[in-house]
Amino acid sequence: MGDLNAFITEETIEGADDGPLAGRTVAVKDNISTAGVRTTCGSAMLEDYVPPYDATVVERLTAAGATVVGKTNMDEFGMGSTTETSAYGPTENPAAPGRVPGGSSGGSAAAVAAGEADLALGTDTGGSIRNPAAFCGVVGIKPTYGLVSRYGLVAYANSLEQIGPLAPTVEEAAELLDVIAGPDERDATTRDASEARDDPDGRAAADYASAADGDVSGTTIGVPTELVEGADGGVVEAFEAALDDLRAQGAETVDVSLPSVERAVAAYYVIAMSEASSNLARFDGVRYGVSASSASGGSEDERSESSAVSGGYEGNWNDAFARSREAGFGEEVKRRVLLGTYALSAGYHDKYYAKAQDARAWVARDFDAALSEADVLASPTMPVPPFERGESLDDPLQMYLADVNTVPINLADLPAISVPAGETDGLPVGVQFVGPAFGEREIVRVGSALA
Amino acid sequence: MSDASVDPDEVRHVADLARVALDEEEVTRFAEQFVEILAHFDSLDEVPEVDRERELVNVMRPDETRACLSQEEALANAPETEDGYFKGPRVS
Repeated sequence: MGDLNAFITEETIEGADDGPLAGRTVAVKDNISTAGVRTTCGSAMLEDYVPPYDATVVERLTAAGATVVGKTNMDEFGMGSTTETSAYGPTENPAAPGRVPGGSSGGSAAAVAAGEADLALGTDTGGSIRNPAAFCGVVGIKPTYGLVSRYGLVAYANSLEQIGPLAPTVEEAAELLDVIAGPDERDATTRDASEARDDPDGRAAADYASAADGDVSGTTIGVPTELVEGADGGVVEAFEAALDDLRAQGAETVDVSLPSVERAVAAYYVIAMSEASSNLARFDGVRYGVSASSASGGSEDERSESSAVSGGYEGNWNDAFARSREAGFGEEVKRRVLLGTYALSAGYHDKYYAKAQDARAWVARDFDAALSEADVLASPTMPVPPFERGESLDDPLQMYLADVNTVPINLADLPAISVPAGETDGLPVGVQFVGPAFGEREIVRVGSALA
Repeated sequence: MSDASVDPDEVRHVADLARVALDEEEVTRFAEQFVEILAHFDSLDEVPEVDRERELVNVMRPDETRACLSQEEALANAPETEDGYFKGPRVS
């Protein structure tokens, strides 16, 4: 199993004897807490961190009979689109050798694509489930904000992220969603889907698998031109072929416009980095994480001499803190923490953070308008085929810009599914369907007509 | 775009605020990259002011005592502890 490097830790957590997922294996992204099994977030900072409790989604998985087979590789703290920023080495893409598996949930997508697990959990802050699903040729769902509990998820950007399923088929992804969805008193942002949505057939809550009936006759699919025109030619061809397929099954397509998405990447990164700079302040090397005494820098003598000194480092709190974070964080994490700190600092808060919140409201309004003209929206999940390994590491802005089709959905708090839609030059292409808030049944239904 | 000039001193200042020590190579590289990234963020200047109507529900409840981590569990991941407490560096 080591070939792909899909797992950071391979350890089995047995589930209940029976339940809807009895006999199934599930891989869990390594930023989701598992009691007694180390949870690294792909970071050297948490190399030895062993959570004292389970995340709600893990409790629900094991109660449903699933067996957890390991913790999957990921971009450090979820910050990346290639799984190359992991401190535990890159993951191979089983569907496209030599290419990245996407990210940040690249280990989860690769494990499912290679059959190393039947199903997997990922997290999606700006596309981190849908991007690797598209790049590895599997299905991934980013649920509506508030559908799935984040209790026990190591936070990166709370206002954007959701836990969601990856699976070989739409129906299996929906089955896993059925198990993890639903309110949790330990996550105050969760809601009951049936209450949150005026649902004509009263089945919004925990009944997603039954929607995978492939029936799209009479469904109106809106195609936002802004999310198609910038994409790679081969990707657009595969996307158009998928739309032809859906029309042949009785769906209707209409063009819609989302003018705000042009600002979505900037808004997303300002908000995500700002929240990250605050969330990651907890990693001080005192309660958990790399302590300053084991951090690089300082001579051996200095360190052994100072072992009697609190924190093991002969400096003040701030120096020790900065030293611990220098050693524990990789470059992309430092970049985002610094940019987030900058965007929130005096003189720049209004220019960046406040404007990004305006842009977020604008994006949400655009999606509301587009979804009043169509049942679901469709676009390529990623505008490009999987990157070659190492291609995007030296140019962070280019990497951020590749998230143009996925980040608007997180800004608008909406559900989206990525479904395989053929190949271009032998490389997997994914199509994304976006639904109204708590409209998971709609996107599952349309997705199941393709895969 | 005139705002998007970032010199190494500014990177050092922000790194200090964020409590992240950097080596000189990182400072130089970040200064170059931040110019480009912040220039992209400057495009937010063109965003209109939009109010978002959110459906918000109050989820506050009265405080109540519940089971929580034991002291031993809470300290289990700490690099250093003493007499049941976290042990940190000097504050000043």
